[in-house]
Amino acid sequence: MDFTRRETVALGGAAVLTFVLPFRANAATEDLINEFTGGAELADSGVELDAPEIAENGNTVPISVSAPGASAIMVLAAGNPTPPVATFNFGPLAASQTASTRIRLAGTQDVIAIAKLEDGSFARSAKNVKVTIGGCGG
Amino acid sequence: MKFKAMTAVVALAISAPLVFAGGADDDTLAIDGEEMISKTAAPAHMEETGIDTIISGWHFREDDTQSMQTDSFDNPGMIFVDQAMDMWSTVEGEAGESCASCHGDVSTFEGLTTKMPKVNEDGELVVMEDIINNCRTERMQADAWKWSGNDMQSMVALIGNQSLGMPMDVAIDGPAAEYWKQGKEMYYTRYGQLELSCANCHEQNYGNYIRADHLSQGQINGFPTYRLKQAKLISKHNRFRGCIRDTRAETFAEGSDEFRALELYVASRGNGLSVETPAVRQ
Amino acid sequence: MASGVKPRVKVPSSASAGDAITIKTLISHPMESGQRKDGDGNTIPRSIINRFTCEFNGESVIDVKMEPAISTNPYFEFEATVPEAGEFVFTWYDDDGSVYNENKAISV
Repeated sequence: MDFTRRETVALGGAAVLTFVLPFRANAATEDLINEFTGGAELADSGVELDAPEIAENGNTVPISVSAPGASAIMVLAAGNPTPPVATFNFGPLAASQTASTRIRLAGTQDVIAIAKLEDGSFARSAKNVKVTIGGCGG
Repeated sequence: MKFKAMTAVVALAISAPLVFAGGADDDTLAIDGEEMISKTAAPAHMEETGIDTIISGWHFREDDTQSMQTDSFDNPGMIFVDQAMDMWSTVEGEAGESCASCHGDVSTFEGLTTKMPKVNEDGELVVMEDIINNCRTERMQADAWKWSGNDMQSMVALIGNQSLGMPMDVAIDGPAAEYWKQGKEMYYTRYGQLELSCANCHEQNYGNYIRADHLSQGQINGFPTYRLKQAKLISKHNRFRGCIRDTRAETFAEGSDEFRALELYVASRGNGLSVETPAVRQ
Repeated sequence: MASGVKPRVKVPSSASAGDAITIKTLISHPMESGQRKDGDGNTIPRSIINRFTCEFNGESVIDVKMEPAISTNPYFEFEATVPEAGEFVFTWYDDDGSVYNENKAISV
């Protein structure tokens, strides 16, 4: 286990990259999903999540969710200091179970949508959004 | 161990985001269906710059940012235009006047923004903020608004929005010539520890990236601009200040004569582009 | 907070009975997340709109639970069914107890 100075620096850099690019939902996110679904299984289809591949500014990222027949859709940002974003509850006069909004993302991360479908089952969809950090501040 | 360590580094490097090629895009900017002039032939005075087409900053943004500007409801900057509309008819100050009591409908200011900044009867270069504060302190006898404050920039945006789609057309000759020359000199002056001039980024490198920022031509035809970063309307002088500060320089103040002159010169580089106020940027 | 909060709502003025219409809403609000610090290093307390509802003639269209991750000047777009002439009621609930309302009538 002899590291050269250069390797140590490289590994340090690798560790930082791993930290800022979380590809898996963290524990807090899992708990929130379980709370919403009661631990039910999550289907891969039934909910659509639309979000940009690259967000120019993490402060205002447009997203939209859609799940035909769903009673509710919860949106989570797994890499935010607090993952909950919003829960859309659709009433009897919703013409479609679709909604768009604009959200804050603390960095590059997965945005997750969980829908409670008409039959009581749950579906999950996720999208990785890259948040660029510009060189020019305000 | 050496092999493993380097493999880990290589694997992570591959999964890191790629850098994207630059340039302005070929989309068409239409706001509520009305097409804007967002690319056009450069004005004659730019001949020596090597730029033959002037391009709105809109063309350098990602699709999602672009689409927020194409619908006047989706544009978050329009909330502030709405707020300014309420202020327009609100009486303030000792004189008991509102904007509306002198000027009637705000639409009477259609076209004014295309001519700003301009030289007034006293030979002074004035920008929209000066005109507004002059009305407030002289005619309304109310307090002056802070340059980059929400009230001021909302009002600048409301008046600018009356000229939406009209091409910028500031005068650079006659009494404006001296101010224009001063502004031009500033544009090519390298400021700060980084020794960067406006031209280094916005004339010589537009379309390229500075870190993750996609450099535009630095046009100001969409100001005040709703900037997603601050989630509010940003004044021209605030943006100038931000740019100069980023060169690690002591910057000029918002509302300084230096920035008035620079505003005139930068505005003249956009002569021919539609007013997009309030534009949406990153 | 409650100073300078202004709602904007876009609803067509008329529709056919049973039509699906698109509604857009925008409200000016800083949505202070509770994550930021001021110049002295003190946490700026959270102050957000935490719920948004849209009802038509007393029946729910959408009811949104909002968290600090919703952007400044919250925006929503969704679709509603219009069974008859009536009125949409839009309500935003602020952390500080303020409630902001906007109504829009629609004819059929």
